[in-house]
Amino acid sequence: MTVPTDKEPSATPAAPPPSPEAIVAIPVRHYGRWISAVVALSVLGLIGYAFSQGDVNYGAIPDYFFNDQILRGVRNTVWLTFLAMLLGVGLGVVLAVMRLSKNPVNSALAWFYIWFFRGTPVYVQLLVWINLGIVFKTINLGFYQDEWADFMTPFLAALLGLGLNEAAYMAEIVRAGIQSVDEGQTEASHALGMSHGKTLRRVVLPQAMRVIVPPTGNEFINMLKTTSLVIAVAYFDLLQAAQDVGSESGAAVEMLFLASVWYVILTTVFSIGQYYLERRYARGSARRLPPTPFQRVRANLRSLRRPEVAK
Amino acid sequence: MSESSGAVPMVRAERVHKSFGPLKVLKGIDLEVAPREVFCLIGPSGSGKSTFLRCINHLEKINAGRLWVDGELVGYRQHRGKLYELKDREVASKRRDIGMVFQRFNLFPHMTALENVMEAPVHVKRESKASARERAMKLLDRVGLADKAPNYPSQLSGGQQQRVAIARALAMEPKLMLFDEPTSALDPELVGDVLDVMRGLAEDGMTMVVVTHEMGFAREVGDALVFMDDGVVVEAGHPREVLTNPQHERTKSFLSKVL
Ligand SMILES: Nc1ncnc2c1ncn2[C@@H]1O[C@H](COP(=O)(O)OP(=O)(O)OP(=O)(O)O)[C@@H](O)[C@H]1O
Ligand SMILES: [Mg+2]
Repeated sequence: MTVPTDKEPSATPAAPPPSPEAIVAIPVRHYGRWISAVVALSVLGLIGYAFSQGDVNYGAIPDYFFNDQILRGVRNTVWLTFLAMLLGVGLGVVLAVMRLSKNPVNSALAWFYIWFFRGTPVYVQLLVWINLGIVFKTINLGFYQDEWADFMTPFLAALLGLGLNEAAYMAEIVRAGIQSVDEGQTEASHALGMSHGKTLRRVVLPQAMRVIVPPTGNEFINMLKTTSLVIAVAYFDLLQAAQDVGSESGAAVEMLFLASVWYVILTTVFSIGQYYLERRYARGSARRLPPTPFQRVRANLRSLRRPEVAK
Repeated sequence: MSESSGAVPMVRAERVHKSFGPLKVLKGIDLEVAPREVFCLIGPSGSGKSTFLRCINHLEKINAGRLWVDGELVGYRQHRGKLYELKDREVASKRRDIGMVFQRFNLFPHMTALENVMEAPVHVKRESKASARERAMKLLDRVGLADKAPNYPSQLSGGQQQRVAIARALAMEPKLMLFDEPTSALDPELVGDVLDVMRGLAEDGMTMVVVTHEMGFAREVGDALVFMDDGVVVEAGHPREVLTNPQHERTKSFLSKVL
């Protein structure tokens, strides 16, 4: 007991030790960073120069940015992305659960679906959907019957083509998510008297979301861009709108640039949404959630106004 | 075993067998747990204690023998001499009367302590949120954690998590509680709090089957004790007798290692 421990506050209530001198040192110079910055900037400059010298009418881009046709294309692209992802996620969850089911028929069906839709290019699937009239001349659902050609509108072909294909990929993502949840969770839930379905909905899926959301955000952004393939079924999306406007106005390439800018804006907005969604499903996994960028900015501002007071 | 009263035993096992593929884990377990009894199960690792506990609420299916809880067959219905498997829904509804506490707590990490306790009453029993919340708060208070209600499990210590897990199981107002080594994942200084809660439950007359390595708890609180080894009951009796005066060699050598 003679050795004083620094944990004992009562041991030395004397004056605090003087704080040592602040370190003054010459920081390491990062010459590499400077060199790579110079190289990158000059390459960018050269590319920018080339584009500015090209025969491009840049003025057309802002002129047509909020053109009615373009806006309709943007709306259709966003709408189609949402619906195709909704179909993909919904069906993907069902397929994932079937795949993991004890019922061999369900699991084989799901396996076959995934195998088939992942095995064929989505562009081909789109073309097949619109041309399936060759197999089904008419459609008869009992309450609804029609010629196939009238039934299978470009929108429906686009939605089915993209959504059903997406479901195969989502099924794998959801399956990985479900399998990432500790078995003790299912067990605890069953021990409380919860049914399989309730266990899945209330316990397993919410925890699987942490694993499911990030790749799903990726899929979403991919989908947004993949919708440009629906030109194959003559659906009026952003790319189609840009091409139409381009051929009318004679600024074809400019309108492709315009479409690119719109795609970048949309993917950026989705990425921000994804960030907040991921944060929501991180609940409980960490002791504290990391601050959002917005909260971080506010905290920084606050610290500027009111400098930290030592206690 | 305690056959004192004529009451229906809370748990009755008759030559219960269980194998996982070629591995025989339970090789004929016979025992009886009387209502309001604290029944302790001890034995070396791999002897099948957890497996037996899981059979009681049908998390595992037994291969042979019979198992009753409160006079009803576990997992089956007997009709004209034939056994019919219960539907998943029926099994689930029977489990509501049996609480289970796990070695690794298994709290739901995406819910707060309060939400964990409210989950089953609200979503299984369809109790109103308001009344479930009120009862959940009382239960959290009972395990000494009222102030931790809004915390997520990751923000609680192991001992606190286990006490929330006990509150969660109690929220279904079970007639039987199963404990599978509830304190063996805890730091020594946290064990006491959990055992105190269990002691309180025992005093309130809860029927409990407890797999444990806490011989002090078994001796003090237990009404009956069974020593299991290699899938069979080797020795059974009152905890004080078995622990202080074991009859079988295997019991003696096991106790000499853990005491
Ligand atoms: N789901 C399973 N599949 C295959 N084997 C299993 C399974 N569950 C348990 N076992 C095996 O059954 C045997 C008994 O396991 P059990 O968990 O019941 O032992 P225990 O007595 O609880 O041991 P411990 O004190 O280590 O918890 C072990 O050999 C284990 O490997
Ligand atoms: Mg065990």
